[in-house]
Amino acid sequence: MRKARRSLIWLLVIIGMLVAGNAASVIFSNGSWTPKLALDLEGGTQIILAPQLAGGEEARPSAEQLSQAVAIIRQRVDASGVSEAEINTQGGSNIVVSIPGRPDEETLNRIEQSAKLEFRPVLIAGAPGTTAVGETPAPGETPAPGETPAAEAPAGETPAAEAPAAEAPAAEAPAETPAPALESTPTASPTDGSDLAWVTPAQQAAFDAYDCAAADNDNSAAPEGEPLITCESDGSVKYLLGPVGVSGERISNATSGLETTQQGASTGRWAVNIVFDGEGTEQFADISTRLVALEAPRNQFAIVLDGQVISAPVTQGAVTNGKPSITGNFDQESAKTLADQLKFGALPFNFTVQSSELISATLGSAQLVSGLLAGVIGLVLVVLYSLVQYRALATVTIASLVIAAIVTYLLITLMSWSEGYRLSLAGVAGLIVAIGITADSFIVYFERIKDELRDGRGLVSAVESGWKRALRTIIASDTVNFLAAIVLFILAVGNVRGFAFTLGLTTIVDLIVVCLFTHPMLQLLANTRFFNEGHRLSGLDPRALGAVYRGRASFRTPVAGGGGKNAPSAKEAERRRTIAERKAEEELVSSGRVRSIKSDKES
Amino acid sequence: MASFTRFGNDLYTGRRSFDIVGRRKLWYLIAIAAIAISVLGPVLRGGFTFGIEFTGGSEFQIAGAESTDQSLATDAVASVTDIPARVSIVGNDAIRVQTDTLEDGDQSAEVRQALAEAYDVPSEDVTESFIGPSWGGDITQSAVRALLVFLLLSAIVMGIYFRTWKMSAAALIALLHDLVLTAGIYGITGFEITPAAVIGFLTILGYSLYDTVVVFDKIRENTMEDGSESRRTFGESVNLAVNQTLVRSINTSIVAILPVASILFIGAVLLGAGTLRDIALALFIGIIVGTYSTIFIAAPLYAHLREGEDAVKKADQRTLANRAKAAAERQAVSA
Repeated sequence: MRKARRSLIWLLVIIGMLVAGNAASVIFSNGSWTPKLALDLEGGTQIILAPQLAGGEEARPSAEQLSQAVAIIRQRVDASGVSEAEINTQGGSNIVVSIPGRPDEETLNRIEQSAKLEFRPVLIAGAPGTTAVGETPAPGETPAPGETPAAEAPAGETPAAEAPAAEAPAAEAPAETPAPALESTPTASPTDGSDLAWVTPAQQAAFDAYDCAAADNDNSAAPEGEPLITCESDGSVKYLLGPVGVSGERISNATSGLETTQQGASTGRWAVNIVFDGEGTEQFADISTRLVALEAPRNQFAIVLDGQVISAPVTQGAVTNGKPSITGNFDQESAKTLADQLKFGALPFNFTVQSSELISATLGSAQLVSGLLAGVIGLVLVVLYSLVQYRALATVTIASLVIAAIVTYLLITLMSWSEGYRLSLAGVAGLIVAIGITADSFIVYFERIKDELRDGRGLVSAVESGWKRALRTIIASDTVNFLAAIVLFILAVGNVRGFAFTLGLTTIVDLIVVCLFTHPMLQLLANTRFFNEGHRLSGLDPRALGAVYRGRASFRTPVAGGGGKNAPSAKEAERRRTIAERKAEEELVSSGRVRSIKSDKES
Repeated sequence: MASFTRFGNDLYTGRRSFDIVGRRKLWYLIAIAAIAISVLGPVLRGGFTFGIEFTGGSEFQIAGAESTDQSLATDAVASVTDIPARVSIVGNDAIRVQTDTLEDGDQSAEVRQALAEAYDVPSEDVTESFIGPSWGGDITQSAVRALLVFLLLSAIVMGIYFRTWKMSAAALIALLHDLVLTAGIYGITGFEITPAAVIGFLTILGYSLYDTVVVFDKIRENTMEDGSESRRTFGESVNLAVNQTLVRSINTSIVAILPVASILFIGAVLLGAGTLRDIALALFIGIIVGTYSTIFIAAPLYAHLREGEDAVKKADQRTLANRAKAAAERQAVSA
């Protein structure tokens, strides 16, 4: 009894903790009391992308490449102003993009593109905001970025020298803009990528009007041979860049590490080391030789990923061996980020759309409602059937199912907050199917108790010994079920995973509820008069179960000659027989039925 | 329901007993015939009907339309492209339009617009999916891989739990029987195989083994308790276990199938074709077949496998000899 109460208290503690966890997520974070829904229930667009090599073959990207691809796609989706997009990898090679609502055609196209990494010389750098067109540029000033080596900060950092505030007064235009370029048409055709002849008045005007904060800046499709107006990816600086000097595909490797001097001693500063291939080495030798001689900011080259500048280091020397290194105020993490961006920035594959699904919000909610309705109907049917089969015992089944439902709901809600789990239609199906599997644990348990009663045990001991046998079976079968869920979850893709997740979760909940609720409840109920005396409606009526008239020795082989531990309970049952039962037995015996059974089976 | 309880009692005590293990040749024959039909049927019918997820193409679904005139959809698609459209009505008021792969994104947007206009619904209510031809293949590939890994792992787990590989073998053969039969029913009836149906197939794996484990646990218990002085042959012990768990098997499959049936009903009546219906259909068939195969294939097969063992053979011979002796004595007494 005490043990039973302790189990129930444990269950209360678990439920209490789940409720508290949920409450905390609602109060202190962006949690919610309802689980997040997947797109098929909420409405929205889901695109599944598969990496593909240029030749149309399926690419087998490494995990690193894939996570980089996810980062790149996230950047693209964010750049198009879509909020709350979810981007995940799936099944080891696919990328799933989930966008609420209906994205426009442009966004879709952008997502499918392969990432484009390129090196472009900087022509003009300026403050990120728009500049009133027509304002006379203040001569004699150069923007800050080019002036100090510290300006090579990678994306995401705002080193002091590059801070927009510092440049703001001087940012309108670079001082060295030559007069010819201000004319309406370029008089001289540009001789190289750094030639300011690229800066036509039209380009200048566009540059002045450009606002880094505007949402619709999409430069990812910029042609290679033309100048490009874009911003640092954190929006801190805007640039007018020359045509592509080296394309990202020429990078054969990029690593991060501590900078070393020629003697091999470490300087303690982090650096990003790039290795170009043959063609890249030549191209970079050209560009670095040219840039090192120029004034700031034209001695900077911009590393452009998908049309955004991720870094714009100053050239400090001509690099002819194809192995430049970028230094600045990196720390280990930012150096690694930049190295990864360089290494994977030009992913060697693009994406093909494997499936794109657009679910209207009405259809989504209709599916959710139908799913819930199916669940309710299923539950009611199970309850009715249990009532018919198990009478009052069915209340334990129903209460157990309700507890299981509460625990599952809380777990799913909590996991949708902590793990970003979203309930899909397949997941709902998994939950509904779980009703049957959970109820089966109770059936196995109850049938075992009945078996023990048939063997002539008293209810209290039947519950205990039935439980021991049932628990073995429940654990074994739940293990198989859980195994199926885990294997499906790890190996399968798409909807299958949502289904496997709920199936696995409910299997665990099933075990918890059976151990901490169903069994303790039965232990307690076994001591009530209603059940213990085997009321006709209790579902555990020994008379109906034939416990007495049969006598236990007729079938089950007793351990070593029928004595032992089971004997007392047989006697107990014998003692509890009513007169009516004795009569019934006598009738049976006299009619010869019992004897004939015995002789059939035993002789 | 008293009679059902009585039925359970009788099965438990052995008063009433279905000779399942003894008639195993009959069950084997039925199983072989069913498998042959499941394999040949779909072949004769011209293979499985695969959903759009496997063949690739575009699907539009119009919800809440006032008219369900199918020609409106055909005309709307024809106004945009030459690709023929397959139109069907799902549920009460939804129209599903499937086409082969459309040429590009613009075209599918145009079709969507045309359909929205034809049925006079806002274009937000037109659901659009595009499925590349490799998508379904990917799902299948990963499903087959999951299947193999699962079979291997569960064979090991069962082998360890039951301490005999023969139970694993019998359970897995019964499982394969379930899968072949379920797939066969799909193939013969021409139900569309969609990824949701594949999910259903995979769940059958778990369910079928789950069911088998419960019955095998009872078999293990009975045969272990028998010891060397059993009055029953091995086959009889197995048969008793099957009979004793018959009530449980019936109760469990009814309880498991009730929610599935309600999904199937709701899915088919309210939603029409879709994830819910496809999962439920595969499960519905699978649960019935899975319960059947546990009783009629896994258990007899296990008895069959074990009866060949020397120890079991000897014990059975002794039991039968004792029984014959007792019968002879009784005859002598009565005579």
